[in-house]
Amino acid sequence: MKTMLILTTALCGLAVSAQAQNKEVNVVSWGGAYEKSQVEAYNIPFTAKTGIKVNMMAADNPATPLKAQVEAKNITGDVFDIEVSDAIRMCDEGALVQIDPATLPAAPDGTPAKDDFIPGALQDCAVANIFWGTVIAFDKTKFADNPPKTAADFFDTAKFPGKRGLPKNPKRTLYLALIADGVAPDQIYETLSTPEGVDRAFKKLDTIKKDVVWWEAGAQPVQLLADGEVTMATGYNGRFFDAMVAEGKPFEIIWDGQYMDMDMFAIPKGSPNPEAAMEYLKFATDTQQLANQAKWIAYGPSRKSSAALVGKYQDGKTDMGPHMPTNAEHMTTAVMDDPEFWADHSAELSERFNSWLAAG
Amino acid sequence: MANALDPHAAIVIEAGGLDQGGTLKTADGQPLTRALARSSRRARRRAFLLVLPLLLFILITFVVPIGQMLQRSVKNDGFSANMPQLSAWFHDHPRGTEPDDAAWAALAADLTASAEARNIGVVGTRINYDMPGTRSLFTAAGRKARGGIAPPYRDAILAMDKKWGDPKLWAVMREAASPYTANFYLAAIDRSRDETGKIVQAPPEQRVYLMLFMRTFWLSLVITCTTFLLGFPIAHLLATLPMRKSNLLMILVLLPFWTSLLVRTTAWMVLLQQQGVVNDVLVWLGIISDSGRLQMIYNQTGTIIAMTHILLPFMILPLYSVMRTINPSYVRAARSLGASSWTAFRRIYFPQTLPGLGAGALLVFILAVGYYITPALVGGSSGQLISNMIAMHMTQTLNWSMAAALAALLLGGVLLLYWVYDRLVGIDNLKLG
Repeated sequence: MKTMLILTTALCGLAVSAQAQNKEVNVVSWGGAYEKSQVEAYNIPFTAKTGIKVNMMAADNPATPLKAQVEAKNITGDVFDIEVSDAIRMCDEGALVQIDPATLPAAPDGTPAKDDFIPGALQDCAVANIFWGTVIAFDKTKFADNPPKTAADFFDTAKFPGKRGLPKNPKRTLYLALIADGVAPDQIYETLSTPEGVDRAFKKLDTIKKDVVWWEAGAQPVQLLADGEVTMATGYNGRFFDAMVAEGKPFEIIWDGQYMDMDMFAIPKGSPNPEAAMEYLKFATDTQQLANQAKWIAYGPSRKSSAALVGKYQDGKTDMGPHMPTNAEHMTTAVMDDPEFWADHSAELSERFNSWLAAG
Repeated sequence: MANALDPHAAIVIEAGGLDQGGTLKTADGQPLTRALARSSRRARRRAFLLVLPLLLFILITFVVPIGQMLQRSVKNDGFSANMPQLSAWFHDHPRGTEPDDAAWAALAADLTASAEARNIGVVGTRINYDMPGTRSLFTAAGRKARGGIAPPYRDAILAMDKKWGDPKLWAVMREAASPYTANFYLAAIDRSRDETGKIVQAPPEQRVYLMLFMRTFWLSLVITCTTFLLGFPIAHLLATLPMRKSNLLMILVLLPFWTSLLVRTTAWMVLLQQQGVVNDVLVWLGIISDSGRLQMIYNQTGTIIAMTHILLPFMILPLYSVMRTINPSYVRAARSLGASSWTAFRRIYFPQTLPGLGAGALLVFILAVGYYITPALVGGSSGQLISNMIAMHMTQTLNWSMAAALAALLLGGVLLLYWVYDRLVGIDNLKLG
């Protein structure tokens, strides 16, 4: 009995010390179908190759915990998956580790990373992994004979009755209001830079304010549509794709006026596992891993060399091309995210947006 | 003081005796008063040691962080710490001084240093709080200033952006040059300062906080009333039923109380949404048509319903504990003396429940004022409370100073109500259980 006790104690001690030696990295991402694609394409092969354990954490928008952790000087995440504007803003505030593009792996044909990434995908403190679109999706069964086609139809509740799902932030609502109000996609930021332009966007949003169900997490618009709580919603194109193809939901995507953005990996200064974080970042933004992610979700890889390797969805029969936000047809009326604009104006527009929202 | 007729004195005399001065002594010859003081001091010290862990715990986890948070509401050194030279210039020159060459040189030097240190974003964010739309001015200047700004500084900086000459901007920078400011409190009551430092009302589209404070207090009042109306009969039933039945009912009250708040809130979402259970039943019964489904959630109605349900036990339990102790013979006596059942209730029974009612109402109201997660989930836009705004400033805009100012005002409001309650009802009458 006594030997047993000693043996188990020794074994426990061994297990604990082994645990301590095992390296790990904490990655904060967006949850849902997107997280799954990252786990399949990055985390599993990364752990298999390096033995470093990856702890995945989900947030509605990982920039939120990142900012809070930096402000509170208590950083628990190592790698954060954030939008470009947040990456630039946080970099300006000196909160992120600078990343030298020369240290990133080159493309299989030897092109250095600096030239292989799509312009804008490499920032001082962050590296993009995907392009993604915010698009309108609707329930086909609700508009069988006369389906909506444009962003303007989203705001036309007389012709297309039913509630609308919109994200509770200014970035992905103001532009849509302006597009629906007839502003050309390349004029959006010019318009939003003027007080009149902002007023115009809010005025357009006023027209459907009482019909809007606001969502915060990326999985919500899909759920709202599936529940029949709304008839149209804007959401992340990969999530809608997942619902349509993997779950067979009767949704359809309107690509008119899609809002295109990049997600980037960034490492905060003072993270608990900086080396493992850098290793993870380099591994995940490699040509093959980026291409593999497209097997799991309809987001476009940020490297030119990955595009050729993108094939079919994991079911082996759905061609990913027509579902990609980067598809040429979908790009004609797309609004590209302007990170500089949002890095500078996000605080004031957020405040205005929230005041507008709270005023009932 | 001790005479032979006093039986107590006799005992003392036997134990230690009286000395010449006439003071009482214990058996081992010490003055009794000192011995008593010592033993009571020891008891006090032991009691203090017993509560010490809790005291430390509260101090470390409650008083200190809240104190720090409240300090943020008047202190923000984002500008003053990172722009030292310009802050010093503001300190040396009184309000109304036109920026001279020294000021522009200080600005240029600070911009360059701040850009190199990569904290220009922090500076811009601080100024942006008081003057929206200026963050870009700083970050853009910072990008251009990396590597230094060449004299003449005034022309060089104005060439970057004309806005640098704006007197309002200089007034705001002067405010920010001191780390301590009352501006966040002003902003929390929809006020701001103009160029001359005078306090003015914010533009109409930015006025939101006063309205939200009003809404928060109003909704909390409504919720307190609904919990009272629903909880009073239940508490009465619980208190008057035979033990076995009332225990069963008590479990029904406590079961939801023990269930996770999130589960209960989500359950209300399932019930109340337009394609939800309640609407389905109403349509099936033919009370409403399929196209006329009621909007019962994602608005104020949703907030009131869900919060009433969640806070109901906080009203029922204090009421119940007070009602249990009310002697039924008082009401019977009133009835036998000819009071109608309504009069007996109004004049005899109800006044005796007041301590429980006061405790329940105070508990529900204070909890409702600070409620956050339920309005966030079911409140839509019209059901948002001030706590949601605090949460927004904590997590999204990261304006912690503003969040702290709003929280301090809310805390002040609750303390004021507590004081009013104490004056009107008396806090000694409170009965929590």
